[in-house]
Amino acid sequence: MMAPVPALRLEGIVKTFPGVRALDGVSFEVLPGEVHALLGENGAGKSTLMKTLAGMHQPNEGRIYIEEKQVEMRTPLEAKAKGVVLIHQELSLVEEMSAAENIYLGELPRKSFGRVDWKTLFAKAGEILTRLNCKFGPQTRVGDLSIANKQMVEIARALTVNAKAVIFDEPTASLTDAEKVVLFEIIRDLKARGVGIVYISHRMEEIFTISDRISVLRDGTYRGTLITSDTNEDEVTQLMIGRSLDLSRNEEHVEFGGVALEVRALSCGSLYRDISFHVRSGEVVGFYGLVGAGRTEIAETLFGLRTPSSGTVLLEGKEVRLSSPVDAIANGISLVPESRKEQGLVLGMNCRDNITLPQVDDLTAGPFVSDGAELAIFEQYRDRLEIKTPSWRQAVKNLSGGNQQKIVIGKWLAMRPNVLIVDEPTRGIDVGSKAEIHNLIRELARSGYAVIVISSEMPEVLHVSDRVIAMYSGEIIREFTAAEVNEDNLVQAISGIRAEKVA
Amino acid sequence: MADTSKNAFVTWLTRNPIWGFIVLIFAFFSFSNEYFFDLQNFQNILVQTSTIGLIALGMTLVMINGNIDLSVGAVVALAASLAVDLQSWGVFAAWGNWAILPAVAAALASGIVLGALNGFIVWKTGVDAFIVTLGAMIGVRGLVFIYTREESFFAMNFAYSDFGASSVGPLPTLAVLFLLFTVATHLLLSRTVHGRNTYAVGGNRDAAVNAGIRVGPHMMINFMIVGFFAALAGVTLSSQMGAATPNLGRDYELWVITATVLGGTKLTGGAGNIIGTFGGVLAIGILRNGMNLMQVPAFYVLVILGMILIAVLFLDKQLNRRGKQELKT
Repeated sequence: MMAPVPALRLEGIVKTFPGVRALDGVSFEVLPGEVHALLGENGAGKSTLMKTLAGMHQPNEGRIYIEEKQVEMRTPLEAKAKGVVLIHQELSLVEEMSAAENIYLGELPRKSFGRVDWKTLFAKAGEILTRLNCKFGPQTRVGDLSIANKQMVEIARALTVNAKAVIFDEPTASLTDAEKVVLFEIIRDLKARGVGIVYISHRMEEIFTISDRISVLRDGTYRGTLITSDTNEDEVTQLMIGRSLDLSRNEEHVEFGGVALEVRALSCGSLYRDISFHVRSGEVVGFYGLVGAGRTEIAETLFGLRTPSSGTVLLEGKEVRLSSPVDAIANGISLVPESRKEQGLVLGMNCRDNITLPQVDDLTAGPFVSDGAELAIFEQYRDRLEIKTPSWRQAVKNLSGGNQQKIVIGKWLAMRPNVLIVDEPTRGIDVGSKAEIHNLIRELARSGYAVIVISSEMPEVLHVSDRVIAMYSGEIIREFTAAEVNEDNLVQAISGIRAEKVA
Repeated sequence: MADTSKNAFVTWLTRNPIWGFIVLIFAFFSFSNEYFFDLQNFQNILVQTSTIGLIALGMTLVMINGNIDLSVGAVVALAASLAVDLQSWGVFAAWGNWAILPAVAAALASGIVLGALNGFIVWKTGVDAFIVTLGAMIGVRGLVFIYTREESFFAMNFAYSDFGASSVGPLPTLAVLFLLFTVATHLLLSRTVHGRNTYAVGGNRDAAVNAGIRVGPHMMINFMIVGFFAALAGVTLSSQMGAATPNLGRDYELWVITATVLGGTKLTGGAGNIIGTFGGVLAIGILRNGMNLMQVPAFYVLVILGMILIAVLFLDKQLNRRGKQELKT
């Protein structure tokens, strides 16, 4: 273990922001040819550490070494020149420019009088893309690429320099499973070339697939490093949150009520076809499938955001027309959308106003909105969901991901819906809040809501659902009860493997 | 986090730096010019700023909503021309002073209708408000020239221009009008459902749609409100001058946007308030008045105002970025 010289090593890094000690004496190293995963809950200091590594933040104390030579990195460009490259979670590409221009952004090869040397540019970029097995050329406009391919462009950017360490920040957040496989191949390839890889992710299974060692941060402090092959999820989780997350199978036996929502032969162009299912009150139905299987689109249709091309929707046995969210809300359907920041919250608005947003028209006294009525609702749901905020005046953008998600859920519970649809309930949320949200979903079902949960995380689906519907490519492949579903038959179903086709 | 321990006033001032700026320039002009600190002069400032100020009230709503209206200057000219021209029409000859009423009503209606049209196009076509109202700005100005045949109209009835010079108690009527509408718009924005939804739509349009808010009608109403205020400004302006010229209101959209932005309203929508806008309007009024009294040549005043706009927004960014830094942890 002592023999190789670390590609990148941090020693006693302290970084403070006004009022916050974000990193408190963190040490970390990555060896050449190693994938070193960095784990921690939201707010544990992962982003700060990563930005310090990439030259975006300057540490207040501590030292950074590249191949045991102490360095200072004042800007991302300087970090890159020294061989440390960050692959952003939010891709930072210029959509209107070609892949080649993006790869060499800021360092375009030049000819005399500052003219761009296009020939060299495309040749060099093409070479890198070929190395990455990319199926698009250097002249392709980045805006026309899929998210996975955009990520390839980001990675290609890292390869323009002789990278000693590459940092991946939640690289799989928006990738399909197939694209994930390609990404992992590339990471392994980088590894084989002796590049040190820092891999940041929330997804435990990925970390166990790809990493050699795992380091954990909690509350800005270093909590220890584990060798991946000698540890398990439980141990890592305990290190992260001080206790372990219960993701056992749902074995609760609940008496269900009548059918709250029934969908008959619903189709919407090429997005999904012939979808029929029902949800009883008191029941959680989980939708599981790959990204693009049509799950979110069904939710959007039920919430009036899409118009189906055929089929019917019945609420408590009566056929309804849902042509806008206004209709859906009036009929008692609520949707907690896939991405809370883009579709769920008004980030600059305070907590109270976000919760009362859909019903503020009903909270008036004379011409004005009644402060008292709003506050009463806010307090009720703050207490019920245990939302942690210093005051109702706090803008929701200042809350943690878990608390933001609770605000969105609280907003819809306050509307007293009959059917609650939750799309990716715990995406980007730390482990501790995940458990709270899972409990909340179970509790809502017990109190009589009909709940639909859409999730890409199999343990989550198995943990919360009474029934699981597996989708593949716009169709329902199979429906499982909680008793008959398991990881194997679920994986088969969502991969499009049908009994008859196998034979 | 550190903000909660600071006292509320400092927090408020950090969010509305324009009022700190106003205190500064107010003190500066009071000490450096003997004519500035004078009740009569304060009334002047209010009357002078009321035109831009009224439109800025509406512009604040439209901008918080995530849109912009560049056509306000042209609407000022159209409304002014209508108000002055219509009252002298033959059909109203027997109406005496009452002829002013239908003329003003038609002028205001023109603003509301054009606002509705702007809003409707933005709503239904999804074309950016900047483009739609840029088109309206050019087109309506053209209409004014066609309608007036490039001539100025003069109010033959002196009752009309008397109104512009009249007072309510100790205060000039136009100043009172501006203050009343400021309070009314503040209440509309901060206390009503429409106001709340205006912030929501500008802050995150998708989230607003998902919350069952009818985005289109809210946008249209705000365009109608700014249209109304632009037309009202046209009426008060022509009443002050006793006339209307087809070039009236040129560059007003720029001054209005300047005042609104100085007051802390974000071009991206979702943030801003009427108290800030009122401050922005006052700041421009005090600067122009003060520099005028100090006999700074007019073109230098423009140079200084331009620099101040950038400086204040830079300050705002510095003050409010610290909070953001904390979040990056």
